[in-house]
Amino acid sequence: MNRLRRFLQTPEAIAGAIILALLIVMALAAPLLFPGDPQAIAGPALLPPFQDLSLPLGTDRLGRDVLAELFHGARTSLAVGLAAAAAALLIGSVVGTLAGFAGGLVDDVLMRITDAFQTVPGFLLALAFVSIVGPSLGVVVAAIALGAWTGPARVARAEVLSIRERDYVAGARVIGMHPLEIAFREVLPNALPPVLALSSVIVAAAILTEAALSFLGLGDPNRVTWGGMIAEGRTVLRTAPFLSVVPGIALVLTVLGVYLAGEGVVESTAVRRSLS
Amino acid sequence: MTALLSIRDLSVRYRRDGVGALKGVSLHVEAGERLAIIGESGSGKSTLALAVAGLLAKGAVIDGTIEWTIPKSQTSHSFAPLSVLPDISPTRGEIEPSSPLSPISNVVGEMPAAKPPISPLVGEMSGRTEGGAVERQPSHPRDTIPHLGRDIGFVFQDPSSSLDPVMPVGKQIAEVARAHLGLGWPQSMTLAKTLLDRVRLPSPDAVLYAYPHQLSGGQKQRVAIAAAIAAGPKLLIADEATSALDTIVQAEIVALIRRLVAEDGMTLLFISHDIALAATLADRIAVLRHGELIELGETDQILNAPRHAYTRSLLDAHLGLDARPLLDRQGASA
Amino acid sequence: MTVLAVSNLAKRYRRGGKPFAAVDDVSFEIGRAETLALAGPSGSGKSTIARLVLRLIEPDAGRIDFEGADFLALSGAALRARRARLQMVFQDPLAAFNPRATVARVLDDPLRIHNIASRAERPRRIAALLERVGLDASLASRAIHEISGGQRQRVAIARAIATRPSLIVLDEAVSALDVSVRGQILELLLDLQRQERIAYLFISHDLGVIRAVAHRIIVLDSGRVAESGDARAVIANPQSAIGKALVAATPRLTRSRP
Repeated sequence: MNRLRRFLQTPEAIAGAIILALLIVMALAAPLLFPGDPQAIAGPALLPPFQDLSLPLGTDRLGRDVLAELFHGARTSLAVGLAAAAAALLIGSVVGTLAGFAGGLVDDVLMRITDAFQTVPGFLLALAFVSIVGPSLGVVVAAIALGAWTGPARVARAEVLSIRERDYVAGARVIGMHPLEIAFREVLPNALPPVLALSSVIVAAAILTEAALSFLGLGDPNRVTWGGMIAEGRTVLRTAPFLSVVPGIALVLTVLGVYLAGEGVVESTAVRRSLS
Repeated sequence: MTALLSIRDLSVRYRRDGVGALKGVSLHVEAGERLAIIGESGSGKSTLALAVAGLLAKGAVIDGTIEWTIPKSQTSHSFAPLSVLPDISPTRGEIEPSSPLSPISNVVGEMPAAKPPISPLVGEMSGRTEGGAVERQPSHPRDTIPHLGRDIGFVFQDPSSSLDPVMPVGKQIAEVARAHLGLGWPQSMTLAKTLLDRVRLPSPDAVLYAYPHQLSGGQKQRVAIAAAIAAGPKLLIADEATSALDTIVQAEIVALIRRLVAEDGMTLLFISHDIALAATLADRIAVLRHGELIELGETDQILNAPRHAYTRSLLDAHLGLDARPLLDRQGASA
Repeated sequence: MTVLAVSNLAKRYRRGGKPFAAVDDVSFEIGRAETLALAGPSGSGKSTIARLVLRLIEPDAGRIDFEGADFLALSGAALRARRARLQMVFQDPLAAFNPRATVARVLDDPLRIHNIASRAERPRRIAALLERVGLDASLASRAIHEISGGQRQRVAIARAIATRPSLIVLDEAVSALDVSVRGQILELLLDLQRQERIAYLFISHDLGVIRAVAHRIIVLDSGRVAESGDARAVIANPQSAIGKALVAATPRLTRSRP
């Protein structure tokens, strides 16, 4: 409770929390408020917003309900963003822990692989991966994680390098604990906090990457995505700009919300650390 | 003898755990004496040192008073030397609660001043920061209360964390002199060199530009002591200053403190868990336990005729080179 | 009977680009139920020897025989299994445990790793261990950071004896404790030594403590053995310069005894 109060001390954190909460509500409520296929035709094509009460944000070129698409798109954005970030953090902390704890050749090999991934822009990597394997939700998540795990790996390794010199790691060796158990049960949990601090940046980047992939037509074709909606509206940008602007605003607000909330978390933990 | 400071009914409670760290401690520190404060962990000995220096963390709730008296014995004139307690008007004893030092600190001339209201907003510092603590004290006009760094020198237990790792040690010492004596850089550096010589560091010219990591633990503690005495404080507080050092270095640092205190006529507050070590240095010993002052007396009396059973148990627990080895006691009982 | 025999042990480090010998040609033996103290100022190589003996670091030269077998020849699973017989207690009991651990977990680990007790049996064994070191069995559920320093050091001792070792390395194990607690911990260690015939490699810079519990002493200076012998004899009449300096620096209570 105390933690929550400290988190909500800055206006930025409050704004971020509100945006994220709204987004989560949208994602959860989408199947209830808009049951059925959001890609089904709901009315006349290119109906402008605020004309028809049952279609408040109008319809797109094919007569699909923009509001329904927006809600269902929130599901995709959140799901892909969180899943990709989780995968990146998981891969990154495992690789970083192994490299930092084992040292020597293992460290060298793993870190050179990390270097290799880091020199290729993450988006290009995702693009290439999806083009080869074919678009589906799982592939998109994997593609984004592929470009995002290197940051967590480096942070985890640095943290592990300092933790492995502590007495309790020596103590674990003295009682005969297996090195892998020491690495993942004793060291990794204590190395996680700075790695987790990266998560807001990674989630935000993952949401943007997903949107960009969808914009290029490499998203899961069976799902509504904000990136796909923007691409869809692009062809009628001059006559019906709202088709691109509405999902664009949603995207900007989401990324902003994730950043602000993440910043708030980091700030509140920093305050706690300086207090203790 | 005049009291340099009089602590009356001092209680300190840390808000986080709500446990009293100090409970109604009353104590006079005579000008020029060497007073040891002895206690085990949780006895409140460090809290007492921090309270005197105005270094208690923000969360601390404080009750009671600490009154300071201008030492008149220093000079034949009524003026104190610059390095002692400048700008103190005997008629002005009251202090503002927003002062950088503990609001319970209070300077009086000949008369004790009225007790100021106690505010929980104590010193901006959060504790273990020595050296740095001296420098980071916010600048403010010369006020009428003892000032950490200028009037009080503080030596912490761990010299590695009390020195700035990325600043040459000479500069760290000079900074104290500059801030509190109003000297320019060249004079401050000259003074720093003199001080490094006084704390018996080999080749002060080289050490002046050395970084803390290039020095051993004992050498770092000597630097910390040099910084603490740079502004010619009246009171030197050594809070477990030798506990992190090995026996040989500890003995050297104690000898150094003894010499510096004698040369400069400083009053010494020596905080330690080691009653035997304290006895080698102190004129008087105060024994704290669970935040209470349970015994205070001349060192001789504490060692030879302790009044309190706890003091006796501390003395008995000391494993000296003349004690009967536990091995034998065990053998006897087995 | 010899538990540990160390001969011509050497370990070099680089400091500021220059190699220096942290441990240089050190040899000693420890017998069953014997306490050998390593004394010396900081930087004399005490802790490096402890870490070498425990194989937390590897020596550059020398031989370590533990319970009659070449300890340096072991590796992997064989080494881990052997570690059950050679334990350690650290100076700072808070740093020696995983900050997230509970007392029960700390004591469960050695029992599990060395298959000393089945999962069902372990809680009972943990309770017995706690009682053996003078703690209440109910302490098991507490987090390590919640208990006092003295209790923590008792837990560290309980963990060390869980695997029934023949030798425990005590690296400044009582230096961070309050004097009243220190006496009790030393008594506990002596009691365990008599009951279980455990040998101790007792590392300390405090001659008073060494004199109270150790049979023999080795005084180290810059990684080399300065002198060695019966603990009380050496402390009463040190021959080496460093031995004399250590004795002279030890604070004395000059009490006129009644």
